[in-house]
Parts: sequence; C-alpha cells; structure tokens
Amino acid sequence: MTDAGRMHHDMGGRDAGRVSQAPHSHPDWEKRVDALMMLLSNNKRRLIKVDELRRGIEELGAERYSKMTYYERWTASITHNLLEKGIITSDELGRKMAEVEQAAWAQRGDG
Amino acid sequence: MARFLPGDSVTVRWTFPPGHIRTPYYIRGKSGEITQVLDAFANPEELAFGRDGLPKQPLYRVRFAQNRVWPDYSGMVGDTIDVELYEHWLEPEDA
Repeated sequence: MTDAGRMHHDMGGRDAGRVSQAPHSHPDWEKRVDALMMLLSNNKRRLIKVDELRRGIEELGAERYSKMTYYERWTASITHNLLEKGIITSDELGRKMAEVEQAAWAQRGDG
Repeated sequence: MARFLPGDSVTVRWTFPPGHIRTPYYIRGKSGEITQVLDAFANPEELAFGRDGLPKQPLYRVRFAQNRVWPDYSGMVGDTIDVELYEHWLEPEDA
C-alpha cells in the first residue's frame, strides 16, 4: 500500500511500538486548556466545534504534530480558530502574552 | 433517507482529498457489509471549517473481514473490524 495522500495524524495500522499504560498526572495548565475548550464549545457559546479543533490539530503539519504534546496541540488549534473567527486578535494576544511573561519574571525576581 | 440497508455490500471510496476526513486511510478501497444504519449527523468535513454541515449525512456501521483489510493479517480467519462511515464515502460493491 502506498502512503500517498495519507495525512500524518491518520495513523491506524502503522507500527506504534510499545504503548505506555502507566498512569500519569496532568499539570494545571493542561486542565485549564481542557476547561477552556469545554467553555468555548458549550451550548451557551458555540464558538468552536470539536471538528474545528481536530482540523486545526491536523493542519499543524507532521513535524509540529510530532513534537508537541497533546494539550500543546489543543492550545495551538484553539488559538488559530479564535484568530480565524476574529474572536481574538494577534495584537491582543501578543500584548497579553507579554504581560503574563513580565509578571512571571517579576515573580521570579521576588523569589 | 438512507441509501444502504443492513446486509448491503459496500466499498469505501478510494480517494484522498485534503481537509478534515473521518474515514481512516486504512479502510479506503476496502469492501464490507452494512450492519447498522446509525442515524444522520451534520457532516464533520463541513463542520470542521465552520459551516453547518447540512444536509445531515447518514452514518453506517460497516463490518470488514480483517484479512481483507490487512494483507498480512495473522489473526483468526473470522476476525472482523467495525468502522463507522458516512454515506458519501460508500459505494455499492462492484459499482
């Protein structure tokens, strides 16, 4: 079977090696990303559909898809979808990111 | 209105369009038998791009013989796999 036309995420039937079944914990930021997606997609808001989330993840491309963790992919896709729909702008996001980064540095300075 | 009924033999379309596709790569071009007409749902290929996905597409549960899906399948002869597939991905077998 040729793999022409196969998208990177469509892995069914490929060798996966051994799958770790060890329990693992989720850092708080991952839980926040999950909660964010639930809030954006709930019946009250309907800002992103799960299909749009998946599409955004699939569009990351093979290299980024492989390097990112599960919730990093969610974060990238949610961000892209919100930008696309005009719910947030790059400028707003950039300013907020700078603010958060500055606060984090200040906190580190205090400690 | 569902085009296929349980017992119908169908072939999954051998096509590789870009976009958000719910039909797994490994099942394209394979033939199986409808076991259940599940319901009709908004088309996820459209929903993925912010559209309404209407008209709804019938979704089927289709059963495939494992040794027809995987050329080197080494399990039991009667093993099967069920895949849920939207109507626009299916053609009558031998079509």
